[in-house]
Amino acid sequence: MNKTPEQINKDLLRPIYHATWRFYVTAAILAALVAAALFAWGYQMYYGLGISGLNRPVFWAFYITNFVFWIGISHAGTLISAILRVCNASWRRPVTRCAEAITVFSLSIAGLFPLIHLGRPWLFFWLIPYPSERGIWPQFRSPLLWDFFAINTYLIGSVTFLLLPSFPDFALIRDRASGWRRKVYGIISLGWRGTPKQWHRLEMAMRIMAVAIIPVAVSVHTIVSWDFAMAPVPGWHSTVFGPCFVAGAIFSGIAALIVAMALLRKLLHLEEYLRPIHFDNLGKLLLVMSLLWFYFVFAERLTTWYGNFPGEMSVFWSTQIGRFSPLFWTMVFCNFLIPAPILAIKKLRNKIGWTVVASVPIIIGMWLERFLIIVPSLSYKYLPYNFGTYRPSWVEIIITIGTFAAMGLLYLIFSRVFPIISIWELKLGMPKKEAAPELTTQEAAAGQTQAG
Amino acid sequence: MNAIYGLYPDPGSAQRAFNVLERAESELGFSGKDIAVLSGEPYEGYGFGQRDNVTRMPWIAALGALAGGLSGWVFVAFTQKTYPMVSGGMQLVTKWPNGIITYELTMLGAILTTLFVLLITARIPDWRGRKLYDPAISNGKILIGVVNPPETARAELGTMLRDAGAEAVKEFTN
Repeated sequence: MNKTPEQINKDLLRPIYHATWRFYVTAAILAALVAAALFAWGYQMYYGLGISGLNRPVFWAFYITNFVFWIGISHAGTLISAILRVCNASWRRPVTRCAEAITVFSLSIAGLFPLIHLGRPWLFFWLIPYPSERGIWPQFRSPLLWDFFAINTYLIGSVTFLLLPSFPDFALIRDRASGWRRKVYGIISLGWRGTPKQWHRLEMAMRIMAVAIIPVAVSVHTIVSWDFAMAPVPGWHSTVFGPCFVAGAIFSGIAALIVAMALLRKLLHLEEYLRPIHFDNLGKLLLVMSLLWFYFVFAERLTTWYGNFPGEMSVFWSTQIGRFSPLFWTMVFCNFLIPAPILAIKKLRNKIGWTVVASVPIIIGMWLERFLIIVPSLSYKYLPYNFGTYRPSWVEIIITIGTFAAMGLLYLIFSRVFPIISIWELKLGMPKKEAAPELTTQEAAAGQTQAG
Repeated sequence: MNAIYGLYPDPGSAQRAFNVLERAESELGFSGKDIAVLSGEPYEGYGFGQRDNVTRMPWIAALGALAGGLSGWVFVAFTQKTYPMVSGGMQLVTKWPNGIITYELTMLGAILTTLFVLLITARIPDWRGRKLYDPAISNGKILIGVVNPPETARAELGTMLRDAGAEAVKEFTN
């Protein structure tokens, strides 16, 4: 890519200044789906949680599946972006902001599901650890409370990680805007001018943040896994759950990032910036994660089968040959059998279309994995008289679809407000033309004067 | 505040201008602190981009992490002791679970401290008044100039900035 700074500004700021009819149509469709989900949620609040498919013994199902799934998708951004920053991978530059935005939005969506699952969301503050007159003291031994701290830390860190490198780009928009836009971007750019001191502090802060956010991201999904692993429920009480969840989260996160980047590339005409090399590199990472995912699934299933504990085996067989087996084998196809061969063949991985073909099934497969972790274990928990079943209601299905639409809508709005590619970081990675080094008369004279 | 500055198309010529100004500061009656540098991206590989590059931010962030961790532990232990749960004789202040919350607040301490140190040391937000700035910076130009230059040196500074390769030499008055 050989573009001048003016051309880069023009290309990357175009979506902020000009929206096509396609933007409004897509936004309207997504907004309608979100409205439908809000209606379904309101319906559930009015009639009570009983109208969902949740019942004894399956008290966790679609909502918690969505919660875990979206937390996993959130690993697309901050973690991947931070790892690439720490490794100083120069190809990361057009990718990082797309990724960081996914984190912030998916975490926000994930945070909604415990509230939806409450049934009475107006009592959400009962989740916050504070001593109350009801005698419900904060139970710091509960993994659910660890979630509260971990997710909030990750959300604050991710928002900071997204916003910090945005100030110079906001200043850039301020310089080129007029009217209300100039005022708004003037405020949110915080008066950024680009002094060496500001640049140095920003880069230093980003380095520290990148180092700090990686262990936070790992801890978040580990703690989400402990929501399950700390309970003596068949299929949950496993030491491998933490790393398995983290690997799965990164896996689904990269897949979501590839799909989002491909859509942005097409819709915002960013073909010259989001190039096949970016998809190829992310495809390699995705291949590694696909193999790792398969390894974890195999190791987990093998030890369960070999151990042959009756409680565990009920769950095991339900997923291998029983009621949940169609979902399980679909998951294996989506997460391994379809993407791994595609991504292993260089000729296919080089094609953006094929990396998307590999990524879409992974998103479906990882949602199924979350579902298969939760529902079979609760359906076949120890005593056969207590075995049960689960069927989602229309409310849960509409809310689930609505959250995907909400993700799309938030991302769409984001691309209208933020440059979706960090402009200054992109320019930073481009080769610089140098001026002729010879001295002018004035310079030589000034040097002689000082020497004298 | 007033200033005279040049806009440079590349870091090489900006560095030349910066060198010229540094050498001429005593002769023309301004100090090094009066030399202004503004750019649309960091130039840490160049002398003009390395001004003010000493910071204790990592150490302060580490202190913030320590403070976050300590306050996390104290918060949890204090609550557990003040509002004791019935634990059947088991310890009230539990090390492992409390360690997890302490860990999260340690990291939160580091993140928030980094943010605050950045805002304070980079002096943002700053919406007060009109500061030396040129929108051409966002098109890749590098601004090198002198703030509050002596009246007698203005003409000479203009020539120096132009000779160093400035695409344009401008004056700024607030």
